[in-house]
Amino acid sequence: MTIQLASGLSALTELKGREIFNGFAAKSPHLASPTAKLDRKLVDTIEEAVRRSGLKNGMTISFHHHFREGDKTINMVVDVLARMGFKDLTLASSSLQSSNSVLIEHIKSGVIRRIFSSGMRGKLAEAISNGLMKEPINIHSHGGRVALIQSGEIAIDVAFLGVSACDAFGNANGVSGRSHCGSLGYAMVDAQYARNVVLLTEEIVPFPNGPASIRQDQVDWIVKVDEVGDPSKISVGAARATTNPRELLIARLSADVMEHSGYFNDGFSMQTGTGGSSTATARFLETRMRAKGITAAWALGGQTGGMVDLHNKGLIGTLLDTQSFDSVAAESLRTSPRHFEISTQVYASPTSKACSIDRLDMVILSALEIDLDFNVNVLTGSDGVMRGASGGHSDTAAGANLSIVVAPLIRSRIPTVVKHCTTVVTPGETVGVLVTDQGIAVNPKRPEVAERLKQAGLPVCPIEELYARAVAQTGEPKPIEFLDRVVALVRYRDGSVIDVVRQVKP
Amino acid sequence: MTSTKLRRSMLFLPGSNPAMLSTAFVYRPDSIMFDLEDAVSLREKDTARLLVFHALQLPVYRDIETVVRINPLSTSFGPLDLEAAVRGGADVIRLPKTDTAEDVEQLEAAVVRIEQQCGREVGSTKLMAAIESASGVVNAVAIAQASKRLIGIALAGFDYVIDMQTSRGDGTELFYARCAVLHAARVAKIDAFDVVFSDLNDEEGFLKEVELIRRLGFNGKSLINPRQIELLHNAYAPTQKEVDYARRVVAAATKAEEDGLGVVSLNGKMVDAPVVAHAQRVLRIAAASGVRK
Repeated sequence: MTIQLASGLSALTELKGREIFNGFAAKSPHLASPTAKLDRKLVDTIEEAVRRSGLKNGMTISFHHHFREGDKTINMVVDVLARMGFKDLTLASSSLQSSNSVLIEHIKSGVIRRIFSSGMRGKLAEAISNGLMKEPINIHSHGGRVALIQSGEIAIDVAFLGVSACDAFGNANGVSGRSHCGSLGYAMVDAQYARNVVLLTEEIVPFPNGPASIRQDQVDWIVKVDEVGDPSKISVGAARATTNPRELLIARLSADVMEHSGYFNDGFSMQTGTGGSSTATARFLETRMRAKGITAAWALGGQTGGMVDLHNKGLIGTLLDTQSFDSVAAESLRTSPRHFEISTQVYASPTSKACSIDRLDMVILSALEIDLDFNVNVLTGSDGVMRGASGGHSDTAAGANLSIVVAPLIRSRIPTVVKHCTTVVTPGETVGVLVTDQGIAVNPKRPEVAERLKQAGLPVCPIEELYARAVAQTGEPKPIEFLDRVVALVRYRDGSVIDVVRQVKP
Repeated sequence: MTSTKLRRSMLFLPGSNPAMLSTAFVYRPDSIMFDLEDAVSLREKDTARLLVFHALQLPVYRDIETVVRINPLSTSFGPLDLEAAVRGGADVIRLPKTDTAEDVEQLEAAVVRIEQQCGREVGSTKLMAAIESASGVVNAVAIAQASKRLIGIALAGFDYVIDMQTSRGDGTELFYARCAVLHAARVAKIDAFDVVFSDLNDEEGFLKEVELIRRLGFNGKSLINPRQIELLHNAYAPTQKEVDYARRVVAAATKAEEDGLGVVSLNGKMVDAPVVAHAQRVLRIAAASGVRK
């Protein structure tokens, strides 16, 4: 019947060679099958999804790290790819954690040849710092990752995205099902830009699942697996809540700095990063906001129970959540109408048509080292080995009106304030204030802020004085010895190379 | 004469913990107490003594009052602790389990001898006595007056309640001892310190106890965690209203002095000398930790 419909058209020259109608299911064969039209994306195994995705040797695979130390997806998928015999893959995970140390074997065996990541920790980072990989890895910021994807340098062939639940069409989020990771801010970017998107889900729920952080029109294949991640391990490591008195002392001081910075006005906006002191700062803001009778319009970035608490008390109007750091934040994302999920593209990408960090008043950031020019290292430790992540550090420092770096002046006998950073991740020209447990230093580029803090009676001194104080207590640290070989390129958020990490001398 | 040094917070640190010894100054308590006694296990007594001896000489402790709690002189550790603390430069020696005035006198004699031997100015080592028993409480007045070197006496709750055949509760069990120690301190014109509050996570309970002892008149309290310092200092901080009034009183007193008047008056009312002294104390505390939040 249908063939007859267009049978007279083939002779017409006006068609200029255009294809002739050949039945409603000619190009959508699944429509001809009542079952296939509903479940054609569902496959039984990761292997099957990989085969259908068209993944080949040398291609790029991507992952998100919303489950942080509790992630099960990265290791599981790379194990499967290794068993299937893949080689020379580029691994582009939004970040890597201590729990990813099994990747060492896959690097040695040639399954993974290149890595893009915000950072790394633990044994994997140690091995790479000691020269495990032939090709240097690329360390990028969260916003910078999106820029590298948009520029085509990270061309994701297959994104493997772990979600707690999705429907049979692939509408997915991190707040339904069992293992809630909250926001899927990193994964949203992969879902948008990857050539092929494979969802690994713990549960298939009835259509339509909502809200759809990852949408059905972005998803190619869906595999049901036992576990994609353990949400109880999101808030360990960098995103932990602290009871450490020194971190609390620094948090209180940084709340003092915020209060007197000149930006603590009704309708202000803020972000508190990871690290004990940064996340704890939220706790100290409440009394200060109430005393001044002001509220924050919005808070950005990784969200924590502390920020949710302020939000629920009406002290923060809206939460813009690119990563939920604990179960309280994940639950708030599910239930609060003013807790919005945003992608890292909306959050911080310099190539985005608009990113939220550009509107940010104040951000609290941590540091492993900060030098006399206020350059910050959040990547390499005092032994030269990678043990951190670029994260949103350089993004928010660039966008915010005032970036406040918090760190103890001395960590286990090693000064945090140094003459020159081992590795520069964030340029000093974007850093406003340093808060330590032994005093506060303000970038000379911000004399007005220094003046306000001094007026408030805060212990402000030149950063050189903090350095001198640290060295008086610890002695001059012996320089770290490196080999010439480069093990990592540190990419600034715009894609340029701001520094490199060299192999540590064994 | 009561000293003008603020001693609201006395932070306890176990002498055997090098990380704490090298960083505790950042919390800015009014005094830091390095403990060689109950917080140090038997097998670490020598280590702790050596660590504290060196910590006392760190430049970072130059501008903070250091106190060393030694083991009782009747133990084999006590005399060695005292040697290390006096030679190390401790500002104050805290004697535990003080039952009688003789305990203090015995300590002072030992301190004098060590000061002479090591060339430290005789009299420069101050003392404080911790009262931890029924005998100590009953003898508190004599203890507080036993030496000119005493800067204060402290009530220590754990041993005291055991001696009294009771246990820590809502504070009723300490009521007599607190009042007795406080009165003894005031008779001797030295400071009085209250017991530690050991449940770190019970902020509300801590603040309730602080409010009680502040109103009784204690100078301050022994603390076991730096997290308690800010809470304590804030509770002791005067209100804005109190600061404003104190400023007016002190201004009036200054003016009276300039004018050569013996009598201070404010808003037409005469202001007594103790009121002026109190106002000066309020301003000192405000200068140290601001106005109550």
